[in-house]
Amino acid sequence: MGKTIVALAFCAALAALPGCEKNETKPAEPAASASGAAAAAPAPAKTDTGGPIKVGILHSLSGTMAISETSLKDVALMAIDEINAAGGVLGRKIEPIVVDPASNWPLFAEKARDLIQNQKVAVTFGCWTSVSRKSVLPVFEELNGLLFYPVQYEGEESSFNVFYTGAAPNQQAIPAVEYLMSKEGGGAKRFVLLGTDYVYPRTTNKILRYFLHSKGITDDDIMEKYTPFGHSDYQTIVAEMKKFSGGKRTAIISTINGDSNVPFYKELGNQGIKAEDPPVVAFSVGEEELRGIDTKPLVGHLAAWNYFMSIDNAENKSFIAKWRAYVKSKGLAGGDKRVTNDPMEATYIGIQMWAHAVEQAHSTDVDAVRQAVGYQKVKAPSGFEIQMDAANHHLHKPVFIGEIKSDGQFKVVWKTPGPIRAQAWSPFIPESAKKVADWTYPWACGNCTEPKFSPGGGVLAKAP
Amino acid sequence: MRRLALVLWVGAASLLVVIARAYGADPSLEDALRGLTSEDERAVDESAARIVASPNASSALPALEALCDERLRASPDGSLFYTDEKGQVRRAITGAVAAAPADAKAVEMNNALRRVVLPLVARLRLGSPDVNVRLAAASELAKRGGADGAPLLRAAFEREKDRGVRDAIAVALARMDLSSAERATKLEALEVLRKLGDGSLKADLAPLAQDSDAAVRGAALAALGSIEGRERVVSLVGDLVHGVSLASVLLFAALGLAITFGLMGVINMAHGEMLMIGAYTTYCVQLLFEKYAPGAFGAYLFVAVPLAFAVTTFVGIGLERAVIRHLYGRQLETLLATWGISLILIQTVRLVFGAQNVSVANPQWLAGGVEVAHGLVLPYSRIAVVVFVVVVALAVWALLSHTKLGLLVRAVTQNRAMAACLGVPTSRVDMWIFGLGCGIAGLGGVALSQLGNVGPELGQGYIIDSFMVVVLGGVGRLAGSVAAALGLGIINKLLEPFAGAVLGKIAILLLVILFIQRRPQGLFALKGRVET
Repeated sequence: MGKTIVALAFCAALAALPGCEKNETKPAEPAASASGAAAAAPAPAKTDTGGPIKVGILHSLSGTMAISETSLKDVALMAIDEINAAGGVLGRKIEPIVVDPASNWPLFAEKARDLIQNQKVAVTFGCWTSVSRKSVLPVFEELNGLLFYPVQYEGEESSFNVFYTGAAPNQQAIPAVEYLMSKEGGGAKRFVLLGTDYVYPRTTNKILRYFLHSKGITDDDIMEKYTPFGHSDYQTIVAEMKKFSGGKRTAIISTINGDSNVPFYKELGNQGIKAEDPPVVAFSVGEEELRGIDTKPLVGHLAAWNYFMSIDNAENKSFIAKWRAYVKSKGLAGGDKRVTNDPMEATYIGIQMWAHAVEQAHSTDVDAVRQAVGYQKVKAPSGFEIQMDAANHHLHKPVFIGEIKSDGQFKVVWKTPGPIRAQAWSPFIPESAKKVADWTYPWACGNCTEPKFSPGGGVLAKAP
Repeated sequence: MRRLALVLWVGAASLLVVIARAYGADPSLEDALRGLTSEDERAVDESAARIVASPNASSALPALEALCDERLRASPDGSLFYTDEKGQVRRAITGAVAAAPADAKAVEMNNALRRVVLPLVARLRLGSPDVNVRLAAASELAKRGGADGAPLLRAAFEREKDRGVRDAIAVALARMDLSSAERATKLEALEVLRKLGDGSLKADLAPLAQDSDAAVRGAALAALGSIEGRERVVSLVGDLVHGVSLASVLLFAALGLAITFGLMGVINMAHGEMLMIGAYTTYCVQLLFEKYAPGAFGAYLFVAVPLAFAVTTFVGIGLERAVIRHLYGRQLETLLATWGISLILIQTVRLVFGAQNVSVANPQWLAGGVEVAHGLVLPYSRIAVVVFVVVVALAVWALLSHTKLGLLVRAVTQNRAMAACLGVPTSRVDMWIFGLGCGIAGLGGVALSQLGNVGPELGQGYIIDSFMVVVLGGVGRLAGSVAAALGLGIINKLLEPFAGAVLGKIAILLLVILFIQRRPQGLFALKGRVET
């Protein structure tokens, strides 16, 4: 998948080459000049203008994903307000440009192009589903834009033009399965992999299947099931899961996305599947999703994230307080029932990192800012100082596993001692294990098996 | 550091117990209860064992039950309080009414603790006077009970009179006996499981099916075979039942459309939004009950049903008067106009209630379900929807075939010009019948709110299915819609285990297309020359 995307981006960049000659593009680093896509494209923002810095917010405010993405738009505007109130960046205000791609994947690409080419935004914060990210990726690579992507995803990707502030599988899915297999997690021997039918669940489950194999669990003990987006009748699947369990310790790993989760959990409750055996661990259900559910039958089921609203520390307290105050001052729908969640935290961290990087680079130029974003550190609401990995463009994140409480919040039952580094390419998939995502010298690529530069300075391999 | 402190604490606690024993006092149950809330796994297990061993264990039951429901609170000095079903705060163990100190904190529950406490509660509940409680306890012990519970179970088996509970206890005992060293005991247990066992025992039986002893092996295989046979029957029955339940949802979504599209020929793309408005009305009624009559919360549905009907009928009539009546006979324009209206309604709801789904709680009497056989649970909410849709469909049928309005409606739909000539106020009949169609969709919304999501896009998910049911059933035929919904629901559920939910849905669409190709008029065609 990643290969095709890079190839596509490269083709697009080649097509754009002749038109770019009159643009004065200043390559900031060898890596940048090496990547055909990056060096050939125009730099979208100039550094010397004194006006506000434009920033794109690309989240669906209507359609099926509005449920999840609206609050990311809100928290992004809050973070920008906060930076502006403190004097802005480089003495300039940040001006958010909010567009609505309406849960329509091709429209994401159009809106992204509009933001970069016409609005000349310095950076874009946006996307939720993997399919929307895959849709905008060629645009950002062709035009050398900068995207901060805030949602946990399936990995198997690392773009020069994207910073991933959500979790890769080894920062969410793998630790969760390890927990389920441990004694305190219930010692599961059988696994049901249940998901919505699209790229994120399918890829995650592929990685998990390889991972379970490596732990000695055979295909007989794995059941994989997919349902369409918006599926609402889980009677048969829940009955099948019960039958599949057959008395063995079973765990259900749910990558069901969007509002199908409500009928799924309702069915679990009604059919008497209790959290103590077998528990459901979900990767896409957070505080925001639980807001639309009667949580009583769900108590004890699990979710794995890198942040929970219930985490108790000073940073989180101030984050929640800021969010509450913002919701109140803007009179947002939902009022005091609004919650914070993991992708909101990731959005908030991303914006802070970008602002720090701009200050450090003394420029909003994409190539300069990209150099500065790597190694940025932020005291995150999760309670850890977390760092952006300059090599693979992913955030180092702590992992938490929480049990759902009756008030729709999570009680943390397990966590990593500290942040762990993301593996953009899963070591459990044989064909991915060899791949390296490293945007620093001498590798300078997100998807290759050999570095592109020799330590002596020569170019080793062609662009992928 | 924390761990060390815990170990010290546990050490001190056990020392105290020893001292208490030495002085002839009963080791405090409350102390053991406190031990359960410890973060150290061993301390928890020890405490559980101490509660089991105690002769007065049953006095700990209310507190343990409270612990499971997170009604247990601990004050800083370690004394435990629980709130009983009536909201009365009591002291753990003694049960004396007491006021809990203000700084008492709720004891948090987690799965690891639940796995220890639930079998404990089940053991203590074996002596309950309520048959259902005893049955649940015996099944819980059959699933998770340790071998040390065998004497207790045997005693319970001796005094038990109810057959169901006796069977459940027999299964629990047989499962424990499977690991017995005695061959005869083992064979006896296998025989019991052959007769009464269920799917959850397969993992225990599998190793015995490879036993070196031929008799044991044969008995184990026989038990497995009979369990699997039972499972097949249960899952077939389950598929049929689930099919009927899916059919009821489809029918509810389609019944209103069967009237507006089927009888009147209006392609109403805003039909789904009528479902949505019905569901949001339910939500509002629920909110009002929560605020003003929390005591009568369980009854909110009885208010929501007529209100949702009234609201959607009203909206439907408004729609008909304002837009649709100007477009009769121009189907494409109706389609576009109602599509636009549907978008307007969705966005309006989104502006008023927010883009988020809202939570509609089932009333207590609709939560849970009845277990017909192992692995086949009929949720009350689904049963209620099936009953409700049957009632509504019968009412619509009676209305159309036995009332004056129904007569007029049939006259207008069969031959509008002739009906008008005979003095039927066709315009007013149109208005009422469109309102009725929308009102029924509103009732559907109430039903759907009990099963799935309530959000601005609720209706969008059902509009295709609704049209499919009406077209398949034969436009203009209520009975056709009923038959089509039933057929689609059952076929879908029979296909799903083999093909999966995604392929199942595709297969259904293909089947419908093929069927319509062969029989464009649908299952039940209108006979005669009028409908051309």
